[in-house]
Amino acid sequence: MGATPLLDHPPRPGEAMKVRRLLPGDRYGPESLAAHLERHGKLATDRSSRGWRAEMVREVERAGLLGRGGAAFPTAEKLQAVLSSTRRPVVIGNATEGEPASMKDRVLLARAPHLVLDGATMAADLVGARAVTMVVHRDVRPMVDFAVDERVRLGIDRAAIRVVTAADGFVAGEASAVVNWVDRGRPVPLGKPPRMSERGVDGRPTLVQNVETLAHLALIGRHGSQWYRQVGTEEEPGSMLVTLVGAVARPGVYEVGIGSTVGHVLALGGGPSASLQALLVGGYFGTWLSGGNSTLLRPFSALGLGVGLGAGVLVAFPTGVCGVAETARLARYLASQSAGQCGPCRFGLPAIAGEMEALAGGRPARMSDAHRWLEEIVGRGACGHPDGAANQVTSALRVFHDEVLEHEGGRCSAPGGQFMLPLPTKGSG
Amino acid sequence: MTSLAVSSGAASTHLPWLWLVSRGSGLTLLVLFTAVLVLGIGTRLGTSSSAVPRFAVAELHRTLALFAVAMLMLHVATAVLDPYVSIGWWATIVPFGSHYRPLALGLGTLAVDLGAAVVLTSLARRRLGHRLWRAVHWLAYLSWPLAFMHAVSAGTDMRVWWVAAVVWGSASAVAVAVGARVLSGRRRDRGGQSPVSAPSARRELESARIGGR
Amino acid sequence: MRTPVRLRVDRIACDGRGLCAELLPELITLDDWGYPIIADGFVPEALEGLARETVGICPKLALRLDRERGVVGTVGVAPARPPASA
Repeated sequence: MGATPLLDHPPRPGEAMKVRRLLPGDRYGPESLAAHLERHGKLATDRSSRGWRAEMVREVERAGLLGRGGAAFPTAEKLQAVLSSTRRPVVIGNATEGEPASMKDRVLLARAPHLVLDGATMAADLVGARAVTMVVHRDVRPMVDFAVDERVRLGIDRAAIRVVTAADGFVAGEASAVVNWVDRGRPVPLGKPPRMSERGVDGRPTLVQNVETLAHLALIGRHGSQWYRQVGTEEEPGSMLVTLVGAVARPGVYEVGIGSTVGHVLALGGGPSASLQALLVGGYFGTWLSGGNSTLLRPFSALGLGVGLGAGVLVAFPTGVCGVAETARLARYLASQSAGQCGPCRFGLPAIAGEMEALAGGRPARMSDAHRWLEEIVGRGACGHPDGAANQVTSALRVFHDEVLEHEGGRCSAPGGQFMLPLPTKGSG
Repeated sequence: MTSLAVSSGAASTHLPWLWLVSRGSGLTLLVLFTAVLVLGIGTRLGTSSSAVPRFAVAELHRTLALFAVAMLMLHVATAVLDPYVSIGWWATIVPFGSHYRPLALGLGTLAVDLGAAVVLTSLARRRLGHRLWRAVHWLAYLSWPLAFMHAVSAGTDMRVWWVAAVVWGSASAVAVAVGARVLSGRRRDRGGQSPVSAPSARRELESARIGGR
Repeated sequence: MRTPVRLRVDRIACDGRGLCAELLPELITLDDWGYPIIADGFVPEALEGLARETVGICPKLALRLDRERGVVGTVGVAPARPPASA
């Protein structure tokens, strides 16, 4: 079992659970291998038997671990799919973090790289892979390289771990795009069949997991499913990393028990720094919600809010910024990030962005066309890019409905307001 | 024509109709092959209208191509069987392998070899996949000029005015079609939309549908 | 007993040439840029032959018919636009 207790106190219902599982406490900088082992103890050494594999996959299933890359796919199911293949699989740890508003994967790797690498090596042992490729955002490449070196010197991993710098761009983090990047140097999504679990890198079954998922896996490997479920709710167990962005006192990455209220999550970051007109949940593929108490009192979870949490981004959107203008800016960004492989996305997103920009600028906008295009592009691309973009823009038009009416009348509530949503500048990630 | 009369007198056992059919089918083949190429380009470009939908152009392209294969067999068989000139069966597949005018015929044989690859890969298109099919299909643009040069060099009737008109007319049609294809390819590369995606074309298709298929 | 089939398109291979919508307008309409919107659900039995022909006519071989077992879907002619909650 682990060396140190991992909870400050037993969780009380409705309370923001101060959870310290993934991120090391007060230390800054990457946690060394020695410090990591001191905090968590060692992984079980006998990780090769079929019995261990079967039992561990059952543990992961009992824990109810869901992927933290945005799709929230049950990890045990993914492990099982790759396990049952006949060819030797490969494992990819995905820290591309193409979502500009998200920081959690980079922060996790910058602070606790060994927890992630434990998860990666454990996943490899679970599925019978001998090779792990960590695809990491350029910002954290040095930390990961260093951590891998530490492990190689001590020879603690059976699988060979290599590190690759992730490609830039929003779609580059999509699972098949990562596989395509590693395999062929092209960071664009592949068509649905075949699935990565059947044929990915080198034609082998490929397990692609977000690095946060791997970190949780490493802890379940040590402490089991019941421990994992001590935090969170019965239906949505465990903890998660949230990136707090925007009008909060201390934006940043925080760890929280799933099911804590939205208000409490904001409180972790020092609470709102201005009155909020809206919240964006999940990132730029996510959903806009109103900023009032009706949202703040609900649990920050997929079931609690009725929307997916995506990459765990929560944007606090203050009054004084124009929701229509920001949505137009996001729409244009998402259009520019299309891989351009499928017509509906390649032509539809720029068209939608064009009408949004016209609306933002008080010019005549064909909003009925825009609404129709938003409906039409769903499900008509090879990946989830048009779906995610449509979801976000549609929810924006709903939440900012009053502002849309203002703009249609040639007015704006916040003319000259600053843009606050983070977007990469040209030429950078 | 006069040369034919002289030679048929000299070797009275051969049938002049073999020679006639071979020439006639050759000219017809050039027209067919031209039509197939132009229709092939037409499938790629060309705005669609309810009168001539794109699928019809595509189907016509295929049908004429297969008809041309039948015509080709007639052309080749009559040329080989004709005992007046010595063309072995071997020369129908191996270019420049005939005793009679090897260069002129060889061009035709080469055109047939390439054309056969195009046709065979097209028949097996679903099994071979789009990429391989497309790579081989480009050979059509090489096959036509070879067939044309064969027609001009091996053909015996270029002095007849309407034969020449058909031959040069075919060449013009191909030149225009290929030119349009090249220009369209450049426009597409610069990010322009394909003609069929214009909203007006879409409405045309819709109105064609409302009226029944 | 015939297994029902679904008409699917490879979105990456599709170039928006539009031959499919001409041949099978009951199931396929084109969006504003010429790309196909395919009706959900199984292909009605009466249209299966035509659907096969449509699959064959696509210049990019982007269409295919997927056989599915066991799952009962809505069988019938679909509306021109997909449902809003797609």
